[in-house]
Amino acid sequence: MEKLKNFTSSSLFLPVVALAVLLVFNGIFVEGFFDIQVTEDGRLFGRVIDILTRSSSLVILSLGMTLVIATSGIDISVGAVVAISAAVVCTLIGGRGDGVAETPMLLAMLASVGIGILCGLWNGLLVAKFKIQAVVATLILMTAGRGVAQLLTEGQIITVYYKPFASIAGVIPGMPLPTNVFIALAMVAFVAIVMKKTSIGLFIQSVGINPTAAKYVGINVTMVLFLVYAFSGFCAGVTGLIESSLIRAADANNAGLNMEMDAILAVALGGTLLSGGKFYLGGSVIGAITIQTLTTTLYALGVSADQLPVVKAVAVIAICLIQSRKARDLFEKWKNRGNGAAAAGAKAVNKA
Amino acid sequence: MAAALLEMRNIDKVFPGVRALSNVDFTLHAGEIHSLMGENGAGKSTLVKVLTGVYPKDGGTIHLNGREISPKTPKEAQEEGISTVYQEVNLCPNLTVAENIFIGREPRRFGFIDWKEVNRRSVELLQKLDVDIDVNKTLDNYPVAIQQMVAIARAVDVDAKILILDEPTSSLNEGETARLFKIVRQLQKQGMGIIFISHFLEQIYELCDHITILRNGELVGSYEVAKLPRLELIARMVGKDLNDVKDMDKMAEKSVPSEEVFIETDHAASIGQIKDVSLQIHKGEVIGFAGLLGSGRTETAEMLFGLKDVTGGQLKINGKAEKLANPMAAMKDGIAFCPEDRKLAGIIGDLTVRENIILALQAMDGMFTHIPYSEQVKLADQFIEKLRIKVSDRDQLIKNLSGGNQQKVIIARWLATHPQFLILDEPTRGIDVGTKTEIQKMAVELAKTEGMSVAFISSEMDEMVRTCSKLIVMRDRRKVAELTGEQVSSDGVMQAIAGGDN
Repeated sequence: MEKLKNFTSSSLFLPVVALAVLLVFNGIFVEGFFDIQVTEDGRLFGRVIDILTRSSSLVILSLGMTLVIATSGIDISVGAVVAISAAVVCTLIGGRGDGVAETPMLLAMLASVGIGILCGLWNGLLVAKFKIQAVVATLILMTAGRGVAQLLTEGQIITVYYKPFASIAGVIPGMPLPTNVFIALAMVAFVAIVMKKTSIGLFIQSVGINPTAAKYVGINVTMVLFLVYAFSGFCAGVTGLIESSLIRAADANNAGLNMEMDAILAVALGGTLLSGGKFYLGGSVIGAITIQTLTTTLYALGVSADQLPVVKAVAVIAICLIQSRKARDLFEKWKNRGNGAAAAGAKAVNKA
Repeated sequence: MAAALLEMRNIDKVFPGVRALSNVDFTLHAGEIHSLMGENGAGKSTLVKVLTGVYPKDGGTIHLNGREISPKTPKEAQEEGISTVYQEVNLCPNLTVAENIFIGREPRRFGFIDWKEVNRRSVELLQKLDVDIDVNKTLDNYPVAIQQMVAIARAVDVDAKILILDEPTSSLNEGETARLFKIVRQLQKQGMGIIFISHFLEQIYELCDHITILRNGELVGSYEVAKLPRLELIARMVGKDLNDVKDMDKMAEKSVPSEEVFIETDHAASIGQIKDVSLQIHKGEVIGFAGLLGSGRTETAEMLFGLKDVTGGQLKINGKAEKLANPMAAMKDGIAFCPEDRKLAGIIGDLTVRENIILALQAMDGMFTHIPYSEQVKLADQFIEKLRIKVSDRDQLIKNLSGGNQQKVIIARWLATHPQFLILDEPTRGIDVGTKTEIQKMAVELAKTEGMSVAFISSEMDEMVRTCSKLIVMRDRRKVAELTGEQVSSDGVMQAIAGGDN
């Protein structure tokens, strides 16, 4: 009982409930939703696996976004940085028809993640050093980023025929799940360990809650901001690898399109306030998976891709309302309206 | 006696884990100035917030002019005629004075805001309060005292029956306070009921007719001011015997500084902040920075903590010339700083008491390390006990503590770093008498037993006179005098502030 109460009051409760509701809905209305099949070479197949695989990019982005938002900032450039990172890795490996890589793949990957970090540092410079508001600062790269990606690919969609490149977002023979699931898991584990073993999390929260007081206790606020934006850029760089590997091409116009919005939504669903301060990484991860589950559910129900955003918006409103304190208060009031009326009646009788 | 204007009966208020008010009665008559007294955490603010609709009450009734009311929001309370001026000015610094006065209830004409009317009435209102300023300038152009007057002008205009003043004088000087009192008396004559909350006993005895005392969320009693001597008032507030209080009032002996100098400055200056300060702070010394608001005493403290660059002259620590580039550099040299503005620069509201206590120590250890949880708990518990911080548990959010307890947490944060030099800037502002004495005693104790150097900055002169063995007097951003021994007296400070260069 005590445990149950602890859970219901924990920050993870609502995100988990939202996801559970979606899953139950799926279980009832989508045939074979929870079925998982194993192929002969040991790979797992099924809708649930599908959701996990597809949500890995969003999970990674939302990790970085959570930390940025916790400092009461925001990074709306991640979608564009995904495009830049994709362009870098594809241009370096090259689109040779004979399937030969122009640059060793590992080097190309490092370079694209490095570019991601560089983009993050640029954002950090604008926010931490020049004190530009985060939305405006990252808006610069959001609008310019896709142009940079176009420059790199010279306006072409570079298709990579080098076979191993596909394995970043595909299955390496002998593994049960696609590689990007493991990448996402590794990132989550990495962040979890860093939060546990260092005091970075505490400092990020302090900066987000009260930057002046944080400065007065000797916290290097500039450094903390640089760190979170760089990390967000790193996450976007990794996501760029996955997204380009998925289609084996760099599409500067569409890679990572609108992903920044989904990432922000994932963070919000996870219970982290956009005003900064306390953050919930677990919540963000669940939030990201929830968004992907919703998308997959809607496809499974036959909602067409054009109409998808509308239905998604309705579902998001519902989820946000469940989490809103005000809405809950209103609900409580509505629930208690009978009692209130009775009390008022009793008073009226007393007066009479 | 006439029927009461306001009657609060059997008010209960429970917060998670704390019973903030239990069964409290409060009666206010029209044309009365009534003081609400009690230590920090006694429930004064909670009672006011219940009355003004900030918190819903958990039990009891409120009658205004014989009619039961239960305001659910501050706006509802205002519509009932209950206006409040809070301790921290709750106005928007980036709006003009006139906008601040009429925000949310602007007079309209054809559906549009009638700016002419807004300005005319603002000027009129402020003139009533004897304030003559340009109402079209934004509020941040004016000193806190004027901002306070604007807040009062706003409160008074809404056709108030009851005016609540929560620590209105804590940031005012004597002249401004006198002016405020004149206005309050004027409002009293108009038949308004006024609730006045302050920690300054003199002011309460000067202004108020009635005192209601709370302790630990319970009503101690309601008294006529004339029939309640000060000592008895304090005794009732802290719940102790009269004789104990007399002992409490006697200050322990001052600390005797050693010969060794910890930190010294030689004609130090900081562009636009400090012109010329030379001082020596010895180990085991409690030194006071005296001077009027804006004299440069806070800026001097900030310079010693690396928050302001030393652009001229020299700064030496333990005899070695040092440049304190940032707070961390100062902290590494053993300097700690409790800032003047607790809310803005001190507490990190959404963190727990434990996290707030370990924060400075953790910052010194660096971002990539982590004080083990068990160690954090030990540290937090140790200081909660040592400084007698009133918390429901160590993982309570600091923003839910009373001002005095927040201050103690900030002090604990710095003591945890084992500083050699502790700067306390206005450590007792907005804090009850009992805690005030505790903090003063602690400053002296630390200097005596641990050989710590302590800088004590306060607007209350008698507090510094009681605590410090040396006083630096500042005027117009320079040091104008240094008082030691017998010279350390209110009189000495006044003369130094007033009396030219000696």
